[in-house]
Amino acid sequence: MIEIKDLKASVEEKDILKGLNLNIGPGEVHAIMGPNGAGKSTLGNVLAGREGYEVTGGSATLNGKDILDLDPEERAREGLFLAFQYPVEIPGVSNLEFLKASVDAVREQQGKPALDSVQFLKLAREKCKAVNLDQSFLKRGVNEGFSGGEKKRNELMQMMLLEPSLCILDETDSGLDIDALQVVADGVNAMRDANRSFIVVTHYQRLLDYIVPDYVHVLANGRIVKSGGKELALELEEKGYGWLENGNENGAE
Amino acid sequence: MAAEFIAQQLELAKGISPLAWLESTNERGQQAFAEATLPTRKTEDWKYTSLYNLTEIGFANSAPHAQAHAPVVPGLQANRLVVANGELDTSASDAAALELVVRFRDARPEQQEAIRELLGNVKGERGHLFADLNDASINDGLFVLIEKNQRLEHPLHIVYANTAGDAPFTVNTRLLIALEQGSEATVIEHYAGDDTVDGKQNNFTNAVTEIRVGDNAKLVHYRLQLMAESAFHIGGTFIDLQRDSRYEGFHLGLGSALTRNDIIVNHNVGGSHCEMNGVYVPQNKQVIDFHTCVEHKVAHCTTDEVFRGIMNDKAKATFNGRIHIHPDAQKTLAELSNKNLLLTNTAEINTKPELEIYADDVQCAHGATVAQLEEKERFYLQSRGISAADAEVMLSFGFINELLNSLNDEALGLWLRPQLAKRFGRDDDLSAQLSGEL
Repeated sequence: MIEIKDLKASVEEKDILKGLNLNIGPGEVHAIMGPNGAGKSTLGNVLAGREGYEVTGGSATLNGKDILDLDPEERAREGLFLAFQYPVEIPGVSNLEFLKASVDAVREQQGKPALDSVQFLKLAREKCKAVNLDQSFLKRGVNEGFSGGEKKRNELMQMMLLEPSLCILDETDSGLDIDALQVVADGVNAMRDANRSFIVVTHYQRLLDYIVPDYVHVLANGRIVKSGGKELALELEEKGYGWLENGNENGAE
Repeated sequence: MAAEFIAQQLELAKGISPLAWLESTNERGQQAFAEATLPTRKTEDWKYTSLYNLTEIGFANSAPHAQAHAPVVPGLQANRLVVANGELDTSASDAAALELVVRFRDARPEQQEAIRELLGNVKGERGHLFADLNDASINDGLFVLIEKNQRLEHPLHIVYANTAGDAPFTVNTRLLIALEQGSEATVIEHYAGDDTVDGKQNNFTNAVTEIRVGDNAKLVHYRLQLMAESAFHIGGTFIDLQRDSRYEGFHLGLGSALTRNDIIVNHNVGGSHCEMNGVYVPQNKQVIDFHTCVEHKVAHCTTDEVFRGIMNDKAKATFNGRIHIHPDAQKTLAELSNKNLLLTNTAEINTKPELEIYADDVQCAHGATVAQLEEKERFYLQSRGISAADAEVMLSFGFINELLNSLNDEALGLWLRPQLAKRFGRDDDLSAQLSGEL
């Protein structure tokens, strides 16, 4: 699915990722945990192709294709989806229109026929319901005046509409109460299948009670410093990150 | 050409058949205009807007035209008046709308008195030479009076349309709106034009509107400048706000080769509120210039002014927004924001917010920006598969659509949105279709 090799990246000339290795197979859910400032959000932004995140070395291959030279929209069309930690509000641009443009672009790349507006609306209504958002949210500006939870559910709805092969959830749990978290987790779990992989970036173990990962990695100082099964998350919850940050910097796979 | 232009326009003004009871206004205007000098680039208030192209044209007085093309706004429930080539077209106007206005020419003596009480008095000395020209040429006009505690159920929609004649012509229009105590009304001033339907001609509209919003009254005012790109438009809007009154204005600048709009708001008595939004989207070689001035003369008044512009191609816009807080205007709350987007390297914007404060207990803020699109917004759209080019179009349109969304009249918004969208090469059917079907 995605193979990340020795990935190095800097932001404003500061090295953030310092040789990150990660292999994710189809259908797998990998959690990435780590202390603040470890580079967790940088990983998502680098993979999605955000301006200002400069790749200084290594490679990332999604479904056999090197994505690091692609524009952000090309990566999205290749099946990469980043659910933002802080989805941006865009007043004046209708959510519905944005979603349609997005679905159109991705379907075209996948060689699927374009949806007409009736088909699209049917689909959008369905997904709206699935993430427990009122239909009125479709008419509003993109994320405009949405609460934190509503923004995250809007991200989830987009994910459902675009059916990506790799979903990166960047601290999706931050700022969510248990109820909202439950809705988001249910949506994610419903999307899990043998051909779709997830990178779940989180600071807290709590999310992993709801989205149970196959693997847990600890990211510190720009590298994966420890990998394990889901029980690693519990260990981290108990011991914190300090014991990993000091000393053990051997990249784990 | 400047002196010739003055002489020519003065000649036209003298050629009108005057109304006896307005002759003193004509005389005063003619005198002032005769003494005026045409502004140049050295005139501070006209620094960025050249009148050269206007003065190059030999204008005649307008001739009435029988069949003006006056656009209809679908779904707009309004009382509609059509003013064709400067003449009220009674056959094209709604009977109910004709009931709502007094035409200067038909005014009875007591109505003449009411008109004279307002005419020129809101404007005062604040108008520039084109307001003088309007005075000089005035021999008709419309007077809208909303009586005490009356509420106008549907908007009054006044469409000004020009149809090409034998030669380019000048139209001086005058509109007076008076809201008495406790009344409410919506007035749409709509300057229309379409070269393909009306015939392409460099006609010149010089429009002056004077508005008085009485105690506790509320006016919603849309001033839509949608003239053909061959037209010239100079507009002066003068607004007096009385105690606890409310003015909600939306000023759109989309049409004509050259637009200059001056909007002057006077907070005369305490408690009044002015909320004013504006949008300008010049393209090709269009020039649009908005000069707004809000006078806070007394305490406890508020102003919230937001203007946004997007300049494309080789277009040029000027926004000069002044808020003047007089020494007695304590407890004023005033905000002014002007944001601009330049879509090309050849487009131009000159923005100048001016806050002059002579009172010490006030809250005022102003800001002007000229920006490229927000990187994080563009990235968000791109990360969903939308191309950078499409993202820019969506975001540019969103930038002004935000103000369109705040229009109270849905039909008007639905009608205007695609016209604006078209400026970004966008097919807006989708949006209307989608939200219509939802």
